[in-house]
Amino acid sequence: MGLSSIAYDLGSGLNGPMSISHLSSPRQQLAFSAKSCTGSRACITVRAADGNSGSMRAPPSTVRASKLVTNAVAVKSETASIAATKSGHELLLFEALREGLEEEMERDPRVCVLGEDVGHYGGSYKVTKGLAEKFGDLRVLDTPIAENSFTGMAVGAAMTGLRPIVEGMNMGFLLLAYNQISNNCGMLHYTSGGQFTIPVVIRGPGGVGRQLGAEHSQRLESYFQSVPGLQMVACSTPYNAKGLMKAAIRSENPVILCEHVLLYNLKERIPDEEYVCCLERAELVRPGKDVTILTYSRMRHHVLQAAKSLINKGYDPEIIDIISLKPFDLHTIGNSIKKTHKVLIVEECMRTGGIGASLRASIMDNFWDYLDAPIMCLSSQDVPTPYAGTLEEATVVQPPQIVKAIKQLCG
Amino acid sequence: MFCMLPAYSPTSTCINVTQNGWFFPLDARTLVLHDRHLTFGLNMASCHAPQASFFPQISPPFSADTSSSPIVSCRFPCRYASLQVSSPSSGTFVPRAEEKTKTERNIFACAATASRLVAEKPAPTKKKTTITKEEGLVLYEDMVLGRSFEDMCAQMYYRGKMFGFVHLYNGQEAVSTGFIKCLKEGDFVCSTYRDHVHALSKGVPARSVMSELFGKATGVCRGQGGSMHMFSKEHGVLGGFAFIGEGIPVATGAAFKSKYEKEVLKNDKVDAVSVAFFGDGTCNNGQFFECLNMAALWKLPIIFVVENNLWAIGMSHIRATSDPNIWKKGPAFGIPGVHVDGMDVLKVREVAIEAIARARRGDGPTLVECETYRFRGHSLADPDELRKPAEKAHYAARDPILALKKYLLQHNLADENELKSIQTRIDEVLEDAVDFAEASPLPPRSQLLENVFADPKGFGIGPDGRYRCEDPSFTAGTAQV
Repeated sequence: MGLSSIAYDLGSGLNGPMSISHLSSPRQQLAFSAKSCTGSRACITVRAADGNSGSMRAPPSTVRASKLVTNAVAVKSETASIAATKSGHELLLFEALREGLEEEMERDPRVCVLGEDVGHYGGSYKVTKGLAEKFGDLRVLDTPIAENSFTGMAVGAAMTGLRPIVEGMNMGFLLLAYNQISNNCGMLHYTSGGQFTIPVVIRGPGGVGRQLGAEHSQRLESYFQSVPGLQMVACSTPYNAKGLMKAAIRSENPVILCEHVLLYNLKERIPDEEYVCCLERAELVRPGKDVTILTYSRMRHHVLQAAKSLINKGYDPEIIDIISLKPFDLHTIGNSIKKTHKVLIVEECMRTGGIGASLRASIMDNFWDYLDAPIMCLSSQDVPTPYAGTLEEATVVQPPQIVKAIKQLCG
Repeated sequence: MFCMLPAYSPTSTCINVTQNGWFFPLDARTLVLHDRHLTFGLNMASCHAPQASFFPQISPPFSADTSSSPIVSCRFPCRYASLQVSSPSSGTFVPRAEEKTKTERNIFACAATASRLVAEKPAPTKKKTTITKEEGLVLYEDMVLGRSFEDMCAQMYYRGKMFGFVHLYNGQEAVSTGFIKCLKEGDFVCSTYRDHVHALSKGVPARSVMSELFGKATGVCRGQGGSMHMFSKEHGVLGGFAFIGEGIPVATGAAFKSKYEKEVLKNDKVDAVSVAFFGDGTCNNGQFFECLNMAALWKLPIIFVVENNLWAIGMSHIRATSDPNIWKKGPAFGIPGVHVDGMDVLKVREVAIEAIARARRGDGPTLVECETYRFRGHSLADPDELRKPAEKAHYAARDPILALKKYLLQHNLADENELKSIQTRIDEVLEDAVDFAEASPLPPRSQLLENVFADPKGFGIGPDGRYRCEDPSFTAGTAQV
């Protein structure tokens, strides 16, 4: 999966919903504005498979090959903190998670981690590496293989004053803890009439990996989404991984932080100074005008990859990483729909009863009048993920499918 | 195998055992026989004694701070098919489940009958009591409160004041009172759906529990929990859970927090223990075993109390369990397993004191199986047709309240008038509780969306850009979330 280096966006989460005005340079503003290719914006017309180059794109004679847009996202804006001084530090996503975790554990002695192999082993994905040596075996607790019970134990500890983080070695294992997550995490604050709070964070890698087989490739977002009382977020870049980890730990609500197996080695430069993302806010990855693409987790990167080719074809998609799977940030999403009037949802969970299904319903309820076309939703196939590589590839949404869907949606 | 059971005197009894045996002083009052293995109350400190040794060392003293007579553990095959003991508190027991087949009787027979040898030596006439008058009256009042409250619940249910599933605790009061009255403020109790009396024993006012049952806003959980979800932060009641086994990990977590506070946060003053109550059916559930393992592994300050009332709705414990001796499952995890007569509050109390002291000391968890019985059905909706009348009669004769009353009167710790006045006082408390509940308001619509999240920002950002909880209609309970 060839991922371009991802430029983070300081706008989302810290300063409110992103608008184009924060991009100081006219060059950047133009780069994201009209899809017309006649201005200084460069584009290359690519002949579509059916030979039709599309009515909205400039005829080949006016093509300037001066600058091929290879990045689908905003280039680093010239804000003082990062681009100019090259400050901040580069790290991988799992390191970002660890950094966030370590900072919170230093900040509050009640924060502790429980899970299988989190202590001496350092975590199956090395998210807790080094923490047991630093904070001790009780704060980074190696549990026996008893998800239901140690999740319940985390609930009991949270009720009586601690702030535990439960790591599921794989999200799929948390199915064994579903009883405690649904009945206790989600409900106890309510059924106790508000007496007890459950500030747990339940996190773990989910999603389809590289031929891991069906049981290790589960997407549980939709199963947890209905549970009242839970908040759920999905991280997709090192920046938002660290920010969401910190926000989730600081939150008084039980939060499920969905990570993805294949994203742990994503590299990005993140700020040195402390920051916390907002748990309820979506991230505007790339502003645009033609169509709104709503996505989360790994699919964000598939969408970005597809967007490269889409932009070269002259489309101008607005890409939103919804981040908050429960509750949806209908404000950011709504603003986008009001601008573009077309929606494509690209998700990795299954079609039936998935996040996309729920999001579609929400959008129709709230923004029906702004839609010019039915909401399209690309989800994984409703099959247990096969082992064979070719079949597995066919199970999840791939960039060419996204391109095809946009063409269908936008014409 | 020869076993010699001496007289009752707590300090001088000893038992000589052969292979697989333990060698300890004995308090014969908590003597129960199972499956030809003799087990009585457990000396917690002695659990560390190696089982393999022929005459294991007696660790003196058994527990430094035991104020009551030492309780001992002994497990060895015994040639006596039945062993009899008479308890000062409730008279001679008769073997339980007489109608069962011989095999079953062997497994679960002989709650107690005094052995020939014991019976030969006359019991001392002036037996030292294990409780003072004040303690006795506290226990009595608590049990009477529990019983009267549950009877009142039944009345109110049939009058249509409370709804849904209501599970009553009649008959099991000795377990709740025996354990919870040994706890102090700051300790935690975690229960199941049969939790009214646990909440009352822990100190939750009867008014709050009754109005919770009526679904009123003044209930202990603001009417949002109901019969099966009694929570009280003030009194350390961690619930109230509808699914069996769910509360055990929560109690384990509270115990983990105590240990964490002591060792990580370096707060030496903390010594809170947790007590998890659950039934015989739960002991076949994975969460039970998983938590026994974790609690034993980390030596958490928790006591697992099994209220074995032989029935899980209509499923007899013996039909559901390969080895019905639940206390045996403790040693499999390296923790003491104790069986105690759960119809006798004094015996339960003795075991409780020992187990709680053990937990507070940091010696780890204990599994206590209390043989008890519920006089009513599983819930108020249960026709209770499967249990044999003879079994019910057998346990009705062992009513814990009557047994304690008899004990108090016999040992001149109280007289009839005092006990009657306690009953009257309790009746008044309950009348007041019902009146309060009746008069309390129902929860308003605005309460619907409160407390779903501790931080209501969890409802998210609405289409207008503001958090939904900032919407004025949110506080009216009519916001779309």
